[in-house]
Amino acid sequence: MSTVLERAVPADGRTGARRRLVVVGNGMAGARAVEEILERGGAEQFDITVFGDEPYGNYNRIMLSHVLSGEEDDADIFLNSLPWYEENGITLHAGVRVGRIDRFAKEVHSDDGQVTPYDVLIIATGSRSFMPPIDGLHTEDGSLLPGVFAFRTIDDTREMVSYAQHEHHRKAVVIGGGLLGLEAARGLQAYGLQVEVVHSGGHLMNAQMGPEAGAILRRSVESLGIGVHLNSRTTHVLGTDKVQGVRLKGAPDLACHLVVVTAGIRPNVDVAVASGLPVERAIVVDDHMRVLDEEGMDVDAIYAVGECVQHRGQVYGLVAPLWEQAGVLADQVTGRNPAAAYHGSRTATKLKVAGVDVASMGVQGPERDTDEHVMFSEPSRGVYKSVVIRDEKIIGATLLGDSRKVAFLTQAFDRGLPLPEERTSLLFDLGGPSEEAGVAELDDDAQVCNCNGVSKKDLVNAVEGGCTTVAGAMDATRAGKGCGSCRLLVGQVVEWAAGGAVQEDPKANWYVPGIPMDKPTLMAAVREQGLRSVSEVFAALAPDGADDAKSKMGLASLLKMMLADEYVDERDARFINDRVHANIQRDGTFSVVPQMKGGVTSVHQLRRIADVAEKHHIPMIKLTGGQRIDLLGVPKEDLPKVWADLDMPSGYAYGKSFRTVKTCVGREFCRFGTGDSTRLGIEIEERFQGIESPAKMKLAVSGCPRNCAESLVKDVGVVAVEGGRWEIYVGGAAGAHIRKGDLLATVDDPEQVKLLAGRFMQYYRENANWLERTYSFVPRVGLEHVRAVVVDDAEGICERLDAAMQASIDEYSDPWVEREDPFTPGQFRTSLPLEVRPRVPVR
Amino acid sequence: MSAEAVGAREHVLGPLEQIPLGEGRAFAVDGEQIAVFRLRNDTLRALSAICPHRGGPIADGQIDQRVVMCPLHHNTFELDTGCSTTGEQPLRSYQVSTDAQRNIVLRTG
Ligand code: SRM
Ligand SMILES: Cc1cc2nc3c(=O)[nH]c(=O)nc-3n(C[C@H](O)[C@H](O)[C@H](O)COP(=O)(O)OP(=O)(O)OC[C@H]3O[C@@H](n4cnc5c(N)ncnc54)[C@H](O)[C@@H]3O)c2cc1C
Ligand code: SF4
Ligand code: FES
Repeated sequence: MSTVLERAVPADGRTGARRRLVVVGNGMAGARAVEEILERGGAEQFDITVFGDEPYGNYNRIMLSHVLSGEEDDADIFLNSLPWYEENGITLHAGVRVGRIDRFAKEVHSDDGQVTPYDVLIIATGSRSFMPPIDGLHTEDGSLLPGVFAFRTIDDTREMVSYAQHEHHRKAVVIGGGLLGLEAARGLQAYGLQVEVVHSGGHLMNAQMGPEAGAILRRSVESLGIGVHLNSRTTHVLGTDKVQGVRLKGAPDLACHLVVVTAGIRPNVDVAVASGLPVERAIVVDDHMRVLDEEGMDVDAIYAVGECVQHRGQVYGLVAPLWEQAGVLADQVTGRNPAAAYHGSRTATKLKVAGVDVASMGVQGPERDTDEHVMFSEPSRGVYKSVVIRDEKIIGATLLGDSRKVAFLTQAFDRGLPLPEERTSLLFDLGGPSEEAGVAELDDDAQVCNCNGVSKKDLVNAVEGGCTTVAGAMDATRAGKGCGSCRLLVGQVVEWAAGGAVQEDPKANWYVPGIPMDKPTLMAAVREQGLRSVSEVFAALAPDGADDAKSKMGLASLLKMMLADEYVDERDARFINDRVHANIQRDGTFSVVPQMKGGVTSVHQLRRIADVAEKHHIPMIKLTGGQRIDLLGVPKEDLPKVWADLDMPSGYAYGKSFRTVKTCVGREFCRFGTGDSTRLGIEIEERFQGIESPAKMKLAVSGCPRNCAESLVKDVGVVAVEGGRWEIYVGGAAGAHIRKGDLLATVDDPEQVKLLAGRFMQYYRENANWLERTYSFVPRVGLEHVRAVVVDDAEGICERLDAAMQASIDEYSDPWVEREDPFTPGQFRTSLPLEVRPRVPVR
Repeated sequence: MSAEAVGAREHVLGPLEQIPLGEGRAFAVDGEQIAVFRLRNDTLRALSAICPHRGGPIADGQIDQRVVMCPLHHNTFELDTGCSTTGEQPLRSYQVSTDAQRNIVLRTG
């Protein structure tokens, strides 16, 4: 009989009759098992203790590829942060390895010397990267040679990123051309590294696909600029104190500075072996996820889950099976459903590998003479599709470069659905549910999110249970929270289930995260209650009056815009840049960009800047992309002296504010110029200098449609056209997002340009969300609407907008005069008193 | 973390007014760099001054009653414990208070 249903005797002062549940391994499976147990009321049954070798909470390992490529910040991939454990009453020993389990005394021995008794134990130790026998991979002390990396943990990834960012590190070799290897290769390219993949197999990703698909994948990978060496075995890593290259069998050496080994994974079974638990390829478990002993009997109260287990001979290396295992395990451990059993998973993978859609399930190609093989290949587009059919059932499929049919194929594969007679419709949208019809026609149990094992029914239930926002349904089910490739489909399902009544996530509309109000409501409340400072806003409007560091900067900007001279300026509400009027840099020094209106300078200014740079040993003097001069690497405590010697006003290169106006030479010099763009640019900059706004405002004025000042990609861009007229474009940008501005109006003279530009900026300041640039704001509100309001005065507010902008303009004072009279004590005091700054290169 | 522990030492860092409400300032104490914060409720907290992520100056961070946010990449740390809420290594936390003359008193060791 199973021990899990027994009630332990309360002992040694423990509260109530709770049993002690100990989990070894705090990765995706261990933490998921704990969550599933909590969901089944486990908190009442157990005192839970978790050991994790990694010194963190639990994070989404899958997202490490995105962290490596820089698309995701490592702080954003945590699934269960440290406070989560606390909130759920779980004792977490993060950074503590378990060395041995005494299954007879029912105790866990950890490497910090502690002995922890358990009533129920779960082993979830996962896998580690396999290091193939290659000479020179390790140094004498057994650690990896500097420059050699595995790709398994957040620490691996962080170290790899910092190594890749080193300017002398230009070339990388990835050993192993599977899923992880290709992800690593793609990620490293983001740092400008030249990457080559060395693969011992005859084609890439041979675990997931056959040779034809592999050949097409190779073309796609090579077209991304990644070199591919097949049938190549690495025999040596070259270099004595750090990596200098790799030696291949029967091929010339490859020089490189960085080596990533992605040659497969091996289950972490050391603890199980040391504890006398049965291990074959991994820890052997039965259908109830219980660990079995040599006789095939279950070991008292020990379970295992995740990549470290072997179930019916299978070891899995993807998350979807782990979710199923964790559910069964939780049903068993809590006694919620003693009949729950795991029967193994049919793994269908749908992934984006190095930007290429890849889906694969079952066998890779026909195995018997009677197997049917439906295949389509279009190498030039990188598309390959293949389906293998046996006895009228799909037994395998591979889709590369186009995974539109994957939902139907997965379903047919999982459930042995009847297949259309016209087989081509398996590959193309002829029959079978098309993408749009797909959502309605998908089976209830069809898996929408493969990473988290969320079915259509789970999502529908969440919507019916009241989660009528896409974000809410995603939070409730965890759909879309893995690799993210299913988010579109998740959104479609939620919309379909809500019958079009999808709500937006209320939080998505809050102006700042700490105050539950959208911008108009917040502004109205501030006005009605006469709030004048950020701390007053928190006290009056935040839940429990709690202040919130993440909200301060947005509130400070909003209040300043609304209240002009009535605003009570609390400096702690400002971000450091706005406290010291300069941009903080990677080593804690600051950059100084003096105003240089319209990009026009003078002998006098240049001489002054040169003298200051010399006197203060400025490490770098640089022309910026905004047409002015940047003095970089100034320690905080030197800022007042530098400003005093410069005696020029601030260029506001640090703020969420009006920045610069770029100009071109224009009519006075250029043979094509039709308007005096330089002059107008200077006037605009003079008028709007320093105005704070929800996000940066960058402007430009060009003297003709050749657009040498890049006016079409500015928040407000002005172009002189024939006939002395001026076009005004809004909502353009060319940074992280590229958008051509929309033509707001064409006007007759420079005065009108300044009026309309100011009115548009004021309308934007009052209505945009925090950090929403005009390139999002204009399309969100709609150009027609913007034009109706600011050009045609449809709402009758133009006069008020103009006056409000004028009030802000009148409030301007150069922040750099604070050099004489600091606003707060120690405003310019160093924050790193013992470091020698700057630590940037000196040119 | 007992203040009586062997080697525990008290350092008087000067008047409280060096730190504006809601901000932090850094001090060099016994060869260590320590950021002292003055919360809006006029209590103090002290943490090591260098962000474990990439060396950001913690004293330049923005705070509320609960956390400080590093100015460089916005990792956050609990003011009471130094534990990171964004998965970084913790900052060391120190006991800090004011004496009768409103001087800042920090304990190390
Ligand atoms: C100094 C400068 C680069 C240079 O050496 O030329 C620069 C430097 C920075 N840019 Fe920039 N940008 C500079 C011109 C630009 C331009 C070009 C331009 O203005 O014509 C763009 C594209 C134009 C645009 O925004 O539409 C540009 C698009 C960005 C973006 C992307 C914004 C976006 O939403 O797409 C960021 C990131 C952000 O704002 O969040 C950014 C952020 C930054 C920050 C402030 C990053 C930061 O927060 O610390 C950089 C400060 C570096 C430092 O250590 O001081 N910078 N940045 C340029 C200063 C211009 C100036 O005189 O004020
Ligand atoms: C870069 C990358 C990308 C991936 N992409 C995908 C993908 O797109 N789709 C997909 O399905 N899967 C993907 N995977 C695989 C997926 O991450 C794993 O299947 C999953 O993390 C396995 O979960 P686990 O809990 O079994 O093991 P892990 O997540 O490895 O967790 C095991 C934990 O146990 C700890 N531990 C080990 N031994 C001990 C001990 N003795 N004492 C204490 N703690 C111990 C380890 O430190 C580790 O934190 C990817 C993996 C990587 C590395
Ligand atoms: S200056 Fe701009 S483009 Fe250059 S590194 Fe900084 S943010 Fe990136
Ligand atoms: S240095 Fe502190 S968050 Fe990066």
